Amino acid sequence: MSCEKISNALIAYLDGRASSDERFVIEAHLKLCAACQERAEEFRRLWQVMSEVPAVEPSPAFDARLRQRIAEAAKPKFWGWMLPAPRFAVSVALLVALSIWVGGRRPRSVNLQNMAANSEEQFRMIKDLGVLENYDVLSNFDALSDLPASTQPAQDQQQKRPSDSPGSGSGA
Amino acid sequence: MARSDVQLMLDVKAGDELSFEMLLHKYRKPLVNFLCRMVRDQAAAEDLAQEVFFRVYRARKEYSPSAKFTTWLFRIATNLALNAIRDGRYRQMQISIDAPAAEDEPAFQLPSREARADDRLIERERNQMIRGAILTLPEKQRAAVVLHKYHDMDYAEIGKILGCSESALKSLLFRAYETLRVQLALLVARPAAQPAGEGKRHEL
Repeated sequence: MSCEKISNALIAYLDGRASSDERFVIEAHLKLCAACQERAEEFRRLWQVMSEVPAVEPSPAFDARLRQRIAEAAKPKFWGWMLPAPRFAVSVALLVALSIWVGGRRPRSVNLQNMAANSEEQFRMIKDLGVLENYDVLSNFDALSDLPASTQPAQDQQQKRPSDSPGSGSGA
Repeated sequence: MARSDVQLMLDVKAGDELSFEMLLHKYRKPLVNFLCRMVRDQAAAEDLAQEVFFRVYRARKEYSPSAKFTTWLFRIATNLALNAIRDGRYRQMQISIDAPAAEDEPAFQLPSREARADDRLIERERNQMIRGAILTLPEKQRAAVVLHKYHDMDYAEIGKILGCSESALKSLLFRAYETLRVQLALLVARPAAQPAGEGKRHEL
């Protein structure tokens, strides 16, 4: 077996975890290969050297720090009472969003001034309804025929809307 | 009869805080040492170890014993350490044995003749040299070596922690130890094969 093939099994051989077959093959190779033999010897010394490094001791406050962190994590957050359950919070948020969306679909600019003007117009028409329905008043309205021709459109308008001039109704 | 780690963790899951204290007491030191060898700085290692135990406690309700407790514990620790190293959080703590040492950091050299008289200084220098060499390994190789050498884990468990096959792990370990053998040639080479301080090298 070549040195390259031996290499991956060499660590397992040295730490005693190689199978008996692997051990047999490696030992046979090491007897023949001085380079691999020396490498194996240096690995053994490397491990001895690495074992010289002492372990560190955790600081005395380690446990207390951890307990404090766990205790802090267990405390409810100050806004926790507002969110008793995530599902509830999500439902409320969806409801609010839906309300806003539905509200936004209504006609956005309701012209209140136009509504007021229309109401006033209707009230005036109702108030003058008696005059408008009186055929005699409208047919004998001579003042209109005395006007010059240039003012005919104005006459027409007055005929259409006699209630616009309060004086005309009383003059008839 | 002593309870197994898995049983202790199941008891923690059932609400037994004392069992968590027992696990903490048992694995606090190994975990801090593992992380210390991964990131070098003990304060940083303790921060990471705190995070590991906190995550174990937080996940207690969902714990199911699908693997050995140590596999689970060290997998969390390894992932946290690898992420922290890759994020650069502890980059300043990594060192190269070739890089010039900081003012307050002794250089990674064999002690001078004068210093040899001081055994404690020699020991300190050697330890720092070894730690420095381990820290120069790529993160995954480093984790593999630390788990193999200092935690005596078998290949199957290390493979599960690192997420690699046993054959891949053996290859990883060989490359890592080969690097360390070269880096620490001054400490591991046989004196007879090392004339004038030159270590003999064998390339595969």
